[in-house]
Amino acid sequence: MRKLLTISTALGLLASPALADVNLLSWGGAYGNSHLQAYAKPFEAESGKKVHIADADNPATPIKAMVEAGNVSADVASVEYADAVRLCDEGLLETLDPAILSPAPDGTAATEDFIEGAITDCFVGTDVYSMVVAFDDSKFPDAKPASPADFFDTEAFPGKRTMRKGAKFNLEFALMADGVPAGEVYDTLATPEGVDRAFAKLDTIKNDVIWWEAGAQPPQLLADGEVTMAYAFNGRIFDAAQGEGKPFKIVWDGQIYEMEGWVIPKGAPNLEDAKAFITFSTATPNQARAAEFISYGPPRRSASAAVGNIEGTDVPMGPNLPTYEENMKNALGSNLDFWVDHDAELNERFNSWLAG
Amino acid sequence: MANALDPHAAIATVATGETDGTLRTADGKPLARALARSQTRARRRAFLLVLPLLAFIMLTFVVPIGQMLQRSFYNDGFSAHMPQLSQWFADHPRGTDPDDAAWAALAADLSAAAEARTIGIVGTRINYDVPGTRSLFTSTGRKARGGIEPPYREALLEMNDDWASPRLWSAMREASTPLTTNFYLASLDRTRNDAGEIVQVQERQRVYVMLFMRTFWLSLLITALTFILGFPIAHLLATLPMRRSNLLMILVLLPFWTSLLVRTTSWMVLLQQQGVINDILVWLGLIGNGQRLQMIYNQTGTIIAMTHILLPFMILPLYSVMRTINPSYVRAARSLGATSWTAFRRVYFPQTLPGLGAGALLVFILAVGYYITPALVGGSSGQLISNMIAMHMTDTLNWSMAAALASLLLAAVLILYWLYDRLVGIDNLKLG
Repeated sequence: MRKLLTISTALGLLASPALADVNLLSWGGAYGNSHLQAYAKPFEAESGKKVHIADADNPATPIKAMVEAGNVSADVASVEYADAVRLCDEGLLETLDPAILSPAPDGTAATEDFIEGAITDCFVGTDVYSMVVAFDDSKFPDAKPASPADFFDTEAFPGKRTMRKGAKFNLEFALMADGVPAGEVYDTLATPEGVDRAFAKLDTIKNDVIWWEAGAQPPQLLADGEVTMAYAFNGRIFDAAQGEGKPFKIVWDGQIYEMEGWVIPKGAPNLEDAKAFITFSTATPNQARAAEFISYGPPRRSASAAVGNIEGTDVPMGPNLPTYEENMKNALGSNLDFWVDHDAELNERFNSWLAG
Repeated sequence: MANALDPHAAIATVATGETDGTLRTADGKPLARALARSQTRARRRAFLLVLPLLAFIMLTFVVPIGQMLQRSFYNDGFSAHMPQLSQWFADHPRGTDPDDAAWAALAADLSAAAEARTIGIVGTRINYDVPGTRSLFTSTGRKARGGIEPPYREALLEMNDDWASPRLWSAMREASTPLTTNFYLASLDRTRNDAGEIVQVQERQRVYVMLFMRTFWLSLLITALTFILGFPIAHLLATLPMRRSNLLMILVLLPFWTSLLVRTTSWMVLLQQQGVINDILVWLGLIGNGQRLQMIYNQTGTIIAMTHILLPFMILPLYSVMRTINPSYVRAARSLGATSWTAFRRVYFPQTLPGLGAGALLVFILAVGYYITPALVGGSSGQLISNMIAMHMTDTLNWSMAAALASLLLAAVLILYWLYDRLVGIDNLKLG
C-alpha cells in the first residue's frame, strides 16, 4: 500500500519543475515575497546555487504528507512554531545544530542573540508576527480604542467586529479583555472556569462578530465598512495601511505574538545546501532586510536594531514591528504546549458555541 | 486452402458435406468459437485503450481514497511505538489494575520512544481521546531520555501524577491495537468513558451530528431552490427559437465558466451590509440606514451563493432532456380536453424526470461536499461538515478524524444514491 502511495505521489510530482539546489516551501503573498527578496535572491547571488520556491497554504501539511510517503521534495520549509514542535516530536524533521547559525556582527553567539525559544531541536525562528486589534480611524473621530477591553465595548465603540474563526487567540484575547493580566492568561485558561469565563466574554459580542477565515479578509472587511474593528494579523493590516493608504490603526496593547521559522523535512534531498541556506538567511543583515518587506519582526536582537526603512519609502519600519520595544509592553507570547494539548477539544467547543 | 474472405469458399465448405450440424467458417473452425475468439480480441483491444485511464484513476483516485479511508479506522501511532505496554494490554483483560510489569513496560517504552523521537506520535494518538495528555507524554519523554530507574510506578508518578489517571489507562488500552472505532465515535459526538462504554460527549462539545444534519438539510434546500429557479429557464431554453435560445444559453454558461472564487466574492460585494443591494434599498427608502439587512456571513449567504453557483448543474441536464420532448404530446393532450395544468402535470413533467433526477443528484452531491463558498460567506451559522474536515486536515493535523468524517459523508451519499436507485431507478438518469 505504502509503495503504491509512493508511486502515485511520484507520478503527481512528475509535473513539477526540475529540483533546484534548495527547494523552499513558503506561504506565497507578501510574506513569500519577503523570502524571495531578502533570502532567496541574495543567496543565489552569493553562492551561485539555485533556489526554487513553492507555495502552500500551510507548509506543515505537505511536510507531513511528503515524509510519510517517503518522497520528500522540499529542503527547507517555513512553518509556524507550534507545527514545528509537533512535527519535530513526531520525528518528521531533521534536527538542527545551533552551531551552523552565524554570530551577531558584534560577535555575540547566535544562541544568545536569538530571543528565548527561537531555536529548538528542529527549528530556527525567522520572524515574529502577532494578532492585534486594528480599527478604522475614520469611524472613531473622538475617543480611539486603546485596549482589548475596548474591542468588546460596543457601547463606546459601535460597529461590527471581525475575529478569526477558531478558538486559538480568541480565548486568550477574551480573558485579557476581561482583565486577566498577560502573565496569568494560560494558567486561567487551563481551568474549566477559565474557559467558561473566556466564552462568557465572547458571548457579549457574539452577535456583532463576522468571523474571518483567510488572512486577507479582515482588511477587506474594514475597507468595505462592514466592520469598524478587526482582530487580525498585524502584517495584513500594515500592508493595507501602508500599501493602499487605508486609515487603519493598530492597538499593540494585548498583542499575542507567535514565531515562524525554518525547518528541514526528514530526508530532504539537499541537506547541506539547505543548512547553508538557513545559515545565510538567519544572518543578522538578512534578517533585518526581510523585515523591511513585511512588518514581521526579526527574532534576533541584533537584527531588530538594524531594520531600516520600509522598502521603497523613507519611513522607518521599526515601530510597525511586533518586537518593537514600545509594542511589547503588554504582550502575550502564544503558548504552544497549551494549544497542542487542547487544540481539538477547544475548537470543538468553539464550533459548538458558534453554531448554538 | 480457400481464402477466408471468399464467400464462394464458405459455400464450398458447407457443400462438401460436413454434416455434424455446426456452422463453420471458411477454414473449417466452428463459427461460435471463432466468433468468441474475435470478440475476445476486440475486448482486449478495447481494454488496452482504456488501460491508461484506468491506471490513472487507480493511482490518483482509488489508492489515495483507500489510504484515506484506512486512516479512519487504523491508527498505529500508539501500538507501533509502545510495543511492551501494548503486549501487556493484550495479555491482561480489561479491568486488570496496572501491576508492576505494566509500569515497567510503560517506563521502558517511554524511554525508547523518547530516544527514537516518536514520543510525539504516541502522545498525539492518546490526546485524540483524552485532551491535554500530549504534553504529559512529551514532557515525561524529555525527562526519561536517559532511562527511568525502578520503582517505575513511583518514578513516573513523581514526574507527573496524571499517570495514575484511570481514563488515561483506559485510552491507552483502546489505542494498544491499531484498529479503532474511536474516530467514528467522535464523528458522531460519542466517546468512551473510563469503563470503556460508549457515551455522548458533553453537550457543549457536541458539534458533528448537528453539522451533518445541517449539511444535508441545506443541500436539500439548495437542490429544491435550483429546481424551482432552473426548471422555467430550462423550459424556455428548450422551446425558444434557436437564435434567442443560444443567447440565453450563453447567459447560463458564462457564470458556469467563471471562477468559483470570483462568483463567491461578487456575492460578497452585492450582499454585504455596505453592499450594492443594501445601498439600493436604503436609496429607495425601503429601509433606514440603521436597518441594513444582514444577508451574508450567515446561512442566508451560504444558501444564496451556493444556489447560484450550482444552478447550471440543474439547468443543463433538464435542458438536454426537454429538448428531446416531442411537443405534439402536449398538443395531443390539450386536444383531448386536458387543461394546460393537467397536460403539464400528467404529460410534460413526467417526461422531464430523467433530467430532473440527474440534475438533482448532481446538485445535491456537489452541495454536500461544498467547502470554499461556506467558508467565505457562511459566517457561523453557514458552516458545513466539509469545513470541519478541512480544519482537521490543515489545522489540527488529525487526519484520522478527517478521514472518519469524510467516510461518513461518503457513506451517507452512497445510501442516498442507493435510495434514489430503488425509488426512481438509476436507468432513468439522463445527463444529455
